Amino acid sequence: MIGMTEQVILQVKDLKLHFPVTKGLLRKKVADVKAVDGVTFDLIKNETLGLVGESGCGKTTIGRCILRHYQPTSGQIIFDGEDITKTSRNDLRKTRKKMAIIFQDPYSSMNPRTSAGTIVAEPMRIHKMYNSNAEYNNRVIELFKMVGLDPSMIGRYPHEFSGGQRQRIVVARALACEPDLIVCDEPISALDVSIQAQIINLLKELQQSIDGLSYLFIAHDLSVVRHVSDRVAVMYLGRIVEITRSHALYKNPLHPYTRSLLSAIPIPDPFVEEMREEIILEGEVPSPLNPPAGCSFHPRCFMATPDCAKGVPPLRDVGDDHKVACFRV
Amino acid sequence: MAEILQVNNLVTQFNTEAGLVKAVDGLSFHIKEQEIISIVGESGCGKSVSCLSVMQLVRPPGKIVEGEVLFQDKNLLEYEANDSEMRAIRGADIAMIFQEPMTSLNPVLTIGHQLSEMLIKHENFSKEDALKRVVELMELVGIPDAENRVNAYPHQFSGGMRQRVMIAMALSCNPKVLIADEPTTALDVTTQAQLLKLMTDLVQRLHTSLIIVTHNLGLVARYAERIYVMYAGRVIESGTTKEIFANPRHPYTLGLLRCVPRLDDEEGRKLEPIDGLPPNLINMPPTCAFMPRCSRKQDVCRREPWPALEEVSEGHFVSCYVKSQEKAR
Repeated sequence: MIGMTEQVILQVKDLKLHFPVTKGLLRKKVADVKAVDGVTFDLIKNETLGLVGESGCGKTTIGRCILRHYQPTSGQIIFDGEDITKTSRNDLRKTRKKMAIIFQDPYSSMNPRTSAGTIVAEPMRIHKMYNSNAEYNNRVIELFKMVGLDPSMIGRYPHEFSGGQRQRIVVARALACEPDLIVCDEPISALDVSIQAQIINLLKELQQSIDGLSYLFIAHDLSVVRHVSDRVAVMYLGRIVEITRSHALYKNPLHPYTRSLLSAIPIPDPFVEEMREEIILEGEVPSPLNPPAGCSFHPRCFMATPDCAKGVPPLRDVGDDHKVACFRV
Repeated sequence: MAEILQVNNLVTQFNTEAGLVKAVDGLSFHIKEQEIISIVGESGCGKSVSCLSVMQLVRPPGKIVEGEVLFQDKNLLEYEANDSEMRAIRGADIAMIFQEPMTSLNPVLTIGHQLSEMLIKHENFSKEDALKRVVELMELVGIPDAENRVNAYPHQFSGGMRQRVMIAMALSCNPKVLIADEPTTALDVTTQAQLLKLMTDLVQRLHTSLIIVTHNLGLVARYAERIYVMYAGRVIESGTTKEIFANPRHPYTLGLLRCVPRLDDEEGRKLEPIDGLPPNLINMPPTCAFMPRCSRKQDVCRREPWPALEEVSEGHFVSCYVKSQEKAR
């Protein structure tokens, strides 16, 4: 919900991350993989912004840049008023206390030899949030209750939990230091269909009860992203091609890639499916090592003209909180 | 149309150290000529083991304990897995596509070699004729530059192209029945749409019957004419896709439809997760396996054994004492 009073928690400005490709004994640089190539967006306090795209589009890399797991090649990431691309290593710890990440596979994000309680307490101990063990224990119990886990399970080890419960532990750990931003990177893709809804609802309920919690929700499944997000950014080959409110994305998609992505996702309703437009894209996503000139989508685009190969379309505002990067719309 | 494949009361068990796992526990289904059906269920419900049982590919400690697999008036379970009769049918008359195209292909043999193997073994092609036919097959499934790519190795293909190879291999001997076990789960959505379109077009052209095994209700709604919903090794509901989606009578089917986000969701729709976890198939109680998670259970469910399938309207079968009357939305 965007208005004048909204506070921007995160601003990403023209973010680029190019991975060098080296060759030979002297590791001479021969090319760049432009994983993220000029991405700009804002994230508002209490908002969920969805980042969606196919594998290799750079969505995970953006999440990693925001936590500064990667040092961006250029651009700014302004979090709570501070450009964190320039934060020194020593100060980074203070910034990172206010952000957390949830990964796809909960089992590999936990140390199998430590108990669930220790795992949840670890970030708080690193940031020395409390003075006594009792305080840590009380907070862990509180967090367990918040994510819907029975506090009697604090002493158990990761393998003793089911997939859904493990993801709840990871959510509890992410919440431990009371972050302002949680980057959720495919948080439900590894879970069973009937369990996915439990985690989606948990994340939404937590956001409603915790003031000022924002999510960057990264996933490949547009139906899930659209469901949890207030706004959605669609990515293709390192760039945002369209960004708008979630409900507008289905009702009024503008970019041809968004339209084909929507068309590719079946709706679980045979009566609706009969009526839907079918756009089948040709070919595959090109290698980011050697992206097509101009608009990188043009070789697969059903609306392309020769002009589309000549320049990169800018992400322009078409009104109503809707931006699109295409010459043809 | 006549029934091409009929499975009656199939029971497949795994005798493990932890106990007897009843992976498939009295499964019956059939498919008619040129029909597209779907077997739907979450991981561990026995859908893959059912397919492997039909093909007699279950490995120890797994064992097909009883049942019939009727194909062209023969009961395939009367053959041993290695009998020449079974080998003549497996791969030729009944073909299968697996989820992971990389693990289904031999990494040290060329694509051409692997594709021609089928033709040489089953159709008595000479090596030269087989290679010619392989190029045609590769063109049929949309692999560009087939003449040169025939000498490439699996790692030189993308995931989508590998799955195209698998489709070409499965269709190379004009099978009567094609079983696709989660054929596109590992792939991107636009690739998934391409491949399913290709597969459904090809089976129509070749008059092949297709069984899509999946957990994705959207795919079912888009492609299948009839569906079987599985839970804990049994079919709990079956019927035409439209009937099941319009009038789901089993609480599990209803729960599945209500817990998945849809692209066309209204704003603010709340997902209704199914409580609890899928059952552990070791030492199952005789009562309905879904009962512990069911929100509509009554005394009769706790007292009586798992109910048999009952026809509630023409062609619509459900195994439940209570039978929900609600719409999915």
